[in-house]
Parts: sequence; structure tokens; C-alpha cells
Amino acid sequence: MKQIIVLGRGGQGAVTSSQVLAIAAFKDGKHSQAFPNFGVERMGAPVRSYARIDDKPITLREQVYEADYAIILDPTLTKGFTEKVNDLIIVNTNKKPEELGLNTKAKIKCVDITSVALKVIGKPFVNIAVLGAFSAITKEISLKGLEEALKQQMGNKKAVFEKNLAAIIEVYALAKK
Amino acid sequence: MVKKEGRKKNSKECSCGGTKECACESSQKSKPLISITKGAVILEPGSTKKYKTGEWRTFKPTIDLARCIKCGRCWMVCPDAAINQRKEDGKFEINHDYCKGCLLCAKECPVKCIPYVVEEK
Amino acid sequence: MVEIKVISGADAIAQAVKLCKPKVLPMYPITPSTLIPERISEFVNNGELNAEIIYVESEHSAASALFGIYATGVRSFTATASQGLAIMHEILPIISASRFPAVMAVANRALSGPLNIWNDHSDAMSERDQGWIQLYCETAQEAFDTTIMAYKIAETEKVSLPLMVCIDGFSLSHVYEPVQIEDAIKVDAFLPEYKPVVVLDPKRPVTFGPVAFPNTYFEFKEAEEKAMLEAAKVIEQVHAEFAKKFGRTYGNGLVELIEMKDAEYALITVGGTTGTAREVVTELRKKKKKVGVIRIKSMRPFPAEQLRAALKKVKTLGVIDRHASLGFGGALSNDVKSALQGQKIIVEEFVAGLGGRDISKSRLHDAFETIIKGKKGYWLK
Repeated sequence: MKQIIVLGRGGQGAVTSSQVLAIAAFKDGKHSQAFPNFGVERMGAPVRSYARIDDKPITLREQVYEADYAIILDPTLTKGFTEKVNDLIIVNTNKKPEELGLNTKAKIKCVDITSVALKVIGKPFVNIAVLGAFSAITKEISLKGLEEALKQQMGNKKAVFEKNLAAIIEVYALAKK
Repeated sequence: MVKKEGRKKNSKECSCGGTKECACESSQKSKPLISITKGAVILEPGSTKKYKTGEWRTFKPTIDLARCIKCGRCWMVCPDAAINQRKEDGKFEINHDYCKGCLLCAKECPVKCIPYVVEEK
Repeated sequence: MVEIKVISGADAIAQAVKLCKPKVLPMYPITPSTLIPERISEFVNNGELNAEIIYVESEHSAASALFGIYATGVRSFTATASQGLAIMHEILPIISASRFPAVMAVANRALSGPLNIWNDHSDAMSERDQGWIQLYCETAQEAFDTTIMAYKIAETEKVSLPLMVCIDGFSLSHVYEPVQIEDAIKVDAFLPEYKPVVVLDPKRPVTFGPVAFPNTYFEFKEAEEKAMLEAAKVIEQVHAEFAKKFGRTYGNGLVELIEMKDAEYALITVGGTTGTAREVVTELRKKKKKVGVIRIKSMRPFPAEQLRAALKKVKTLGVIDRHASLGFGGALSNDVKSALQGQKIIVEEFVAGLGGRDISKSRLHDAFETIIKGKKGYWLK
């Protein structure tokens, strides 16, 4: 079982990230689960959201205490970062991993997703686009699965769907480099 | 129809409701007085009419029809809906099966046409 | 069309309600149950569900409207949580005494105060004496399935009691996981149209909700108690029928036994905690510990008989209560103890997960260790 933590700020869509991630994994034929670290919604406050992916049905219902992967949507959240991550942390930043000063044994991958989002979507919406990087680096979810998941969640808003999909593809290519 | 889920009706009723504190026959036998329906539905409409509640009054008012001006104030103030309008002439009369003798009607009547007497018991 | 989708627990309930076709819906949103009326409103708005929504001004009104709707003889539904359920308290026994088969979803949330929006069972457990059947769910799929079974159980003539479908607030209501959404025709075949016995009709007047004097009140309660005991059998029957038609089971519909065949130490859980407890049992079984879990799905009627039957080899039981009956244990542990009266099983109570405190694997490991070592139960903080 792979466990994922998504860190963001209220309004950035960290909860949606984990939901789309879980749906994408399911579309790929795996079992998945997504849930927020249930809090009172507040713009700008740190928000944590979780996802689990497994080949067999998931019965575990505790919070994620030790993750395989972490996704950090806002680079300011690297300050005071205390999550236990074993494998990989993806950070949305234009800085280099060593500049972040993250206290972790996991690998750190920096991808400037905000720039891509501003270019492709026109707004700093990074929560969906970041999954392109997650797909490219971890291979836990496929691009096809992501597209299907996006269709389920925002298929009725055509423009939003298309722009986010384009952003995913561009971030995917960027992360592959 | 609704299934009956209780014990049989006892015809000798007392208004106490069958509590053991009362000396009535039904209380002493301590049986439920009426059968119960599922969900406490009363299937017979207007069943309250059967309980005539005027017996215990002290004062008995009566409307003097000759002087009644059909203003309807008595009808309006009666707390027990015991005053009805007559179909034939539109005047008002008191149903003594339910009138409890509070005399609100007599007090409010603008032409003072509702005299009362002490009930004979 | 059968469809498997990754949706939230709350959405699963909304999808099930849609398939059960209620006609009038009085709903007043409250966190964390809000997603349910939200989704149902969408279904009504886009024509997927042909029903009328009553925008009530409080949960008290929602429950009152629920009474009125069932008096007119149509299927209804509402959802609430926490203080919302508490404000319904006054109306809950009126609905059950009127023997209306209402179905309500409760996204379990701690009662204020202090103000808290997270999951525990204090709201629903506090209402367990009101004549409502209470079924607790572990997964989003189970929430979906239980909602469909709920109408069938409640509407069975000899039951005719309202039913609460309880899901853990947030930790199930907001969890996205795969749910098989069943085919509408298949659900129709399982759940026939609701046929009330007596209805409010100006042409044939009847009285609902009259006064019951001391000579009859007792008998009405006795009839409800009989119906509750009958409900235990009906829940099993409906569950068996559901299992046959849809291929999914949840124990026997009342209790679920996990690794209980030779278990000497067992935890009793309610709701989502069970999922985590399953993992803990798997881990302990690998270490050759004879442990198991009993999940109480039906809190009312309480499956005392099945519980006793399941405990043949058990030495010590630990009860995980997400509710504290302040001053004397928790609702679940008190019920378990009275169900086991006269038996030589030690029952230790663990109050856990109050106000959304995570019931993690390590906490459940602690609970198992405590009962295996013969120590006293405590508050699993």
C-alpha cells in the first residue's frame, strides 16, 4: 500500500488533489481512498489531505502517519515540515531541493508548477497540474487514469477540464526531464 | 385497516384513565380501558364529540333570542366552541352539552341578552 | 446500469436515496452531513430525482416535517448530525411512536461543547432510547447498501419503525472510496413502493398524535418494544435477501465477526474503527495471537443473543466506545456488559476517539495489549 500526503493552503485545492489522485488510481484498476485531514475550512490555513493506493481493498481508516509520498502545493509549507515521508517529496517551487532545508530522508523533487499553471490555465491553480508530476515521477497513476478522473470530477465544466488537462500534460513532460 | 394491538374495551369508563389511585371499577381492575391502534392513530373522525364536558358547570347561560342582534361576539369569545349560529335566522345559541359556564359570552354581549342561572344538580 | 465510482460516503448515501425515490425531503444542512442534502438537491435540480424539497428553518422543523410527510403516506428522507440531531430529540420519539418508517442519515459528530465538528458517536448514542433502529456503517459501500436496506426494514409491516443510518462524520462521510452504484431496476425489484396503512386524507379523516392516558401509553411502548425485537429478525432477513440479490454481506446484518472462531481476546467496535481494527487483527494474528473483532452494526435493536453466541472462547473483551456516558462508562460497553450478565467474560471499556481524535492502529494495539495482559481498560487518549 502506498500512502500519500498532500499539503496545501486553504483554497488551493489540496483536498481535490487527493480525490482526483484516488479516482485516477481507481481508473487504473487499483483500490484507492482519499480523505482530508478534516478541519474547519479557512482560506490560507495549512491544509492536509491524504490518499491511499493499493492492489487490494483498503480497510485502514486511521490518518496517514508515515507516508510514501508527499506533495507540497505551497513552498512556504516546507518551513516547519514534520511529516514522516519515506520515498519522495514533490514541491511546487522554482528553488532547488537543497535550498528548501527540508528535514527528511526522502528524495526531493522540485517542479515549478505555478509557472506552468499561469501559462496554461492563466491562474495559479496547481492542485490538479501537480498530479502530472506525481504520475511522471512515481508511476503510481497513469496519465490516462488522470484524464478519466478529471472527466468524472469536472467533466461538466469543459474549459476548466481542458485547461487542467493541458497543464497536467505539460507538468508531466517537465517532471520527466 | 389498522391492526388492533391491545386488550378489549371496558364499557364502564371513568375519566381518570384507569390509574390505580382512583376508586372507580376500571381502576381497581387495572385493565386498559380502550384498545390501541398501531401508531396511536384514531380512525374515527370527530370522536371528541362523544365526550360531553358541560355537566360540571355552576352557571348556565342562555341566549335570549328575542334580543340577540347576531353580532357574533359570544361565538367569537367562547373558549370551547360551544356557541353555534342558527341556520334559520342567523342568531346564536349555546350547546349546553359542552358549555362550561365561564360566562365570557354574558360579559361580552353588547346588548346583555345572555342571562344565567345557577345550574340545578 | 451498474457503475463503480470513487465517491464520498455522504455521496454514496445520496445516490442510494435517489434510487429509493422519496417524494418529499425536508432537509437542514449541518456539518458533516451537509454533502448529503447538497447532492440530493442536485439530483432534484437536474431531474434525476422527482421529489420536492422543503427548505425548513431548523432540524426541529425537519423532523416535524418528516412526521407530517409520513402522515400523508409518502416516502421521505432527511440527514443530520450532532446538535442537529439533538434539536430533533423532541420529535424522534413522536415519529417512532407513530410507527412511521422514516429513514434518516446521521453523519456522527461530537456534541458541543466545547464546539467540535469532528467524529464521535455521542450524538446518535444519546438518541438510542427513542425507538429508532440504529445501523452503523463501516464503508461508503456499506452506507449505500444500508440505506437501501433501511427502507425495506423500516417499511416491513411488523416493524414499522424509523431507522437511522449512521456513518462516521468526516472519517466516512468525506472519505472517497470505490462504491458500486446499483442498477435502478434491480433496486426497484428489491424495494417495492411504500404502501402506508393509514394516511391523512380529508375524505377519510383520522387523528395522528393524540394524547395517550396512563391506561394506554404503556401499551403503545410495549408495542414499540415488540416491533423492535421483531426488527432484529427482519434486519437479518432483509440483509440475507440483499446479499442474495447484490452479493455483499455485512456479518448477518446485526453483528459482524472478524477472526472470532478461536479468538480468546476480542475488541468490540462500531462503525469505521472496525476497518483499522481488521488491520490490527491481521498483524497480531501473524504473531500467533488469538485475537478477533466483533462489530456491532445494529445498536438498536441490540444483538445480545448473537453477541453471547460469538463469545464462546473469549476470555477478555475490550469495548471501544466513541461515546462517554459521563459518570458511568460508555453506551456500548454498558450494553455489552448487560448482554453478558452471568457470563464469565471480563469486559474492559475503552473510551476512544472523542471529538475526532484518531483511533489509530497503535491505539488499538494498545487496547489489545491491555486486555491480553489482564490490565484495566482506560480512556484511549
